[in-house]
Amino acid sequence: MTGTDEPLEEMLAPYPDPVKKNRKKHLVVKNEAAECCPQIEANTRTIPGIISQRGCAYAGCKGVVVAPIKDMITITHGPVGCGYYSWGTRRNKARADETTPKDKIYSQLCFITDMQEPDIVFGGEKKLAKMIDEVVVAFHPRAINICATCPVGLIGDDINAVAKAAQERHNIQVIAYNCEGYKGVSQSAGHHIANNNLMEKVIGTGTERKPGKHVINILGEYNIGGDGWELERILQECGYTVNSILTGDASYENIKRLHLADLNLVQCHRSINYIAEMMETKYGIPWLKVNFIGIEATNVSLRQMAKCFNDPELENQTEIVIARETARVNAVLDQYRKICKSKTAFAFVGGSRSHHYQYLLRDLGMEVVVAGYEFAHRDDYEGRQVIPTIKSDADSKNIPELHLTPDPERYREAHEYLGLTREQYETLKKDVPLSYYEGMYPNMQPGELMIDDANHHEVEELVAKYKPDLIFSGVRDKYIAHKLGVASKQLHSYDYAGPYAGYGGAINFARDVANALSTPAWKMITPPWEKADEEGSETHA
Amino acid sequence: MKRQVAIYGKGGIGKSTTTQNTVAALAEAGKKIMVVGCDPKADSTRLLLHGLCQKTVLDTLRDEGDDIELDAILKPGFGNTRCVESGGPEPGVGCAGRGIITSINLLESLGAYTDDLDYVFYDVLGDVVCGGFAMPIREGKAEEIYIVASGELMALYAANNIAKGIKKYADNGKVRLGGIICNSRKVDNELPLLKAFAEELGSQLIYFVPRDNLVQRAEINKKTVIDFDPASGQANEYRNLAKAIDANKMFVIPKPMTQERLEALMMQHGFLDAM
Repeated sequence: MTGTDEPLEEMLAPYPDPVKKNRKKHLVVKNEAAECCPQIEANTRTIPGIISQRGCAYAGCKGVVVAPIKDMITITHGPVGCGYYSWGTRRNKARADETTPKDKIYSQLCFITDMQEPDIVFGGEKKLAKMIDEVVVAFHPRAINICATCPVGLIGDDINAVAKAAQERHNIQVIAYNCEGYKGVSQSAGHHIANNNLMEKVIGTGTERKPGKHVINILGEYNIGGDGWELERILQECGYTVNSILTGDASYENIKRLHLADLNLVQCHRSINYIAEMMETKYGIPWLKVNFIGIEATNVSLRQMAKCFNDPELENQTEIVIARETARVNAVLDQYRKICKSKTAFAFVGGSRSHHYQYLLRDLGMEVVVAGYEFAHRDDYEGRQVIPTIKSDADSKNIPELHLTPDPERYREAHEYLGLTREQYETLKKDVPLSYYEGMYPNMQPGELMIDDANHHEVEELVAKYKPDLIFSGVRDKYIAHKLGVASKQLHSYDYAGPYAGYGGAINFARDVANALSTPAWKMITPPWEKADEEGSETHA
Repeated sequence: MKRQVAIYGKGGIGKSTTTQNTVAALAEAGKKIMVVGCDPKADSTRLLLHGLCQKTVLDTLRDEGDDIELDAILKPGFGNTRCVESGGPEPGVGCAGRGIITSINLLESLGAYTDDLDYVFYDVLGDVVCGGFAMPIREGKAEEIYIVASGELMALYAANNIAKGIKKYADNGKVRLGGIICNSRKVDNELPLLKAFAEELGSQLIYFVPRDNLVQRAEINKKTVIDFDPASGQANEYRNLAKAIDANKMFVIPKPMTQERLEALMMQHGFLDAM
């Protein structure tokens, strides 16, 4: 926290001094006078006892990154709850396509070894091996993921050895992820572990490039409520071939040939940036941070992409799509803007979402006054230029880093991928921020608050002080918000709706937000204790 | 009132042998005793049962589920002792500590702790390496602990560590250290060293068991010394140890020492005099 800010001081007041000192570092109020973003503390341990919004490494690896891969069977090795409560909660949609027939889609199913007391005492390796055998016989998957839960790490089950033996036995790839929930400080550790394994074991094993002039990947897009499909529609209309989305509606087959593309788009910077960076190192493929949440944001991203290829036809087609879609969507949004105008919101999601949704909300005339990430690192707030200054600590050192070198056969210069000369590429880099993410800070307005790893107490205090009209968060805060009389939407799963990305998504989002804002159900309810109070005071009167 | 006793000590120090011989002597004197082996190797009742013929609690639990009869895991041994082996995973897999917790809980729910028992002895593997191995000294279980040690530094080092574990539970509960049992290795100045060590902990050397090859011969015959050669001098040594435990009134919260102090004690009593 910088300077003195009275409402924030009040919020921190109940904390013991060491906690206050710690939490202060996780708060930054946007100040236009400051030349760059003041340092924010992020990706450090949550103070024990605080009700955090964070998830665990298993949630990040299994729940976020690997479970959406539709044609792989993902086995949770652990007690039943870990599997059950990470089952389909993010609403990653999947459908059959040319690489994956209907009967090869398993992402809607839940596979778990259901470890019980004897498995903990005697070890669970045999049970896991048996389950792999059963799953292969019953489903014939193309490949299998095994995700470790906490007890697996505690008792030392060697899931890598089980995976290796099963791979030899069944002649399909079996990948073990040591993503025990206690690793790291948040789900971010799990993303990194998943990225490392996919990079090391899957990406680069395919051989056939998808036909198309400009073949691209969308990394960090999870097809929540069908977001990825809307993006695919738009990008195809512009003239791109989408090689693979990672990992929404992704197939193992497509991830194998992820390297056979010309450009990597990065939507969520926190969960898949590792693969984008590693592919740049190993294959030379350039990557571009995009944001398809918001109409203007989508237009900017599409124009930046088109510039990358120096293809007049592509740029022309992009402008046609932008003009048509913007006109179509704006016409519909006008009715919602009347309801949304001048309203304020909080956003506590991600990685990148708390930043992305600021654009879409601005399209509706709304402002995000408090924005926070659950598991982001400093660069997600401050921009990638701070990466060299981020100090690694014991927690981050516990997550292995892959140190890749350029592939002697497949590495090509970035400009070759884009069909540019070296000079053209240098010019492009000045115009389009390749391999860069500016973070959340530049987009925020003076006086708005950035908060890292917000907790239950702070959210309650901030609601009382800022009085937002809408809170975007996860299921843990949704009902807290309702109890406080504030409308709330989950942005991890979009509750039951979506897609919210791209142009079509903007319409869905505007409708849902307008509905939430104009249905003040929670404000109409007087809780029993307040009712009794009213009656009591009446009697006294 | 039954007394619940846990025996700890460095691996290989002779805990199981000492426990079973003590139990045999107490049984001979008419006491009713249950012995609970808390070691995955399941060899804590071998001498009382004349061989490894016991199906462990955890194996039974795994094979037969929760519906277990007490008779299936409680075997009568020498002098009508009741013998239980908690068992555990094969070396290198699973969680032996969790196994001990599971099996002791099961013994409780099956009603193994009957009122007619005079003693329950827990023979616990090695060091108090994790919470599971402290299970026998948690609330409501063993309230007196004896540590088997010898004059070797590593044995005393382990004993001191175990004292730390006992202190942790003693501070919040009823568990106390009853004394140090020396299972002699014929180290120089062993008796004074062990006495000094026990006193430094605030406890006592409750008995000094001399070394005798008869113990080995009895073990090869799958018997305690009391059972194998009741008239021998070594049998009497164990009877005296049993008497000392039976008559013991000194139960303390141990005061574990620093590594430096422990080494100084060794130099003082163990080596310097001999050099």
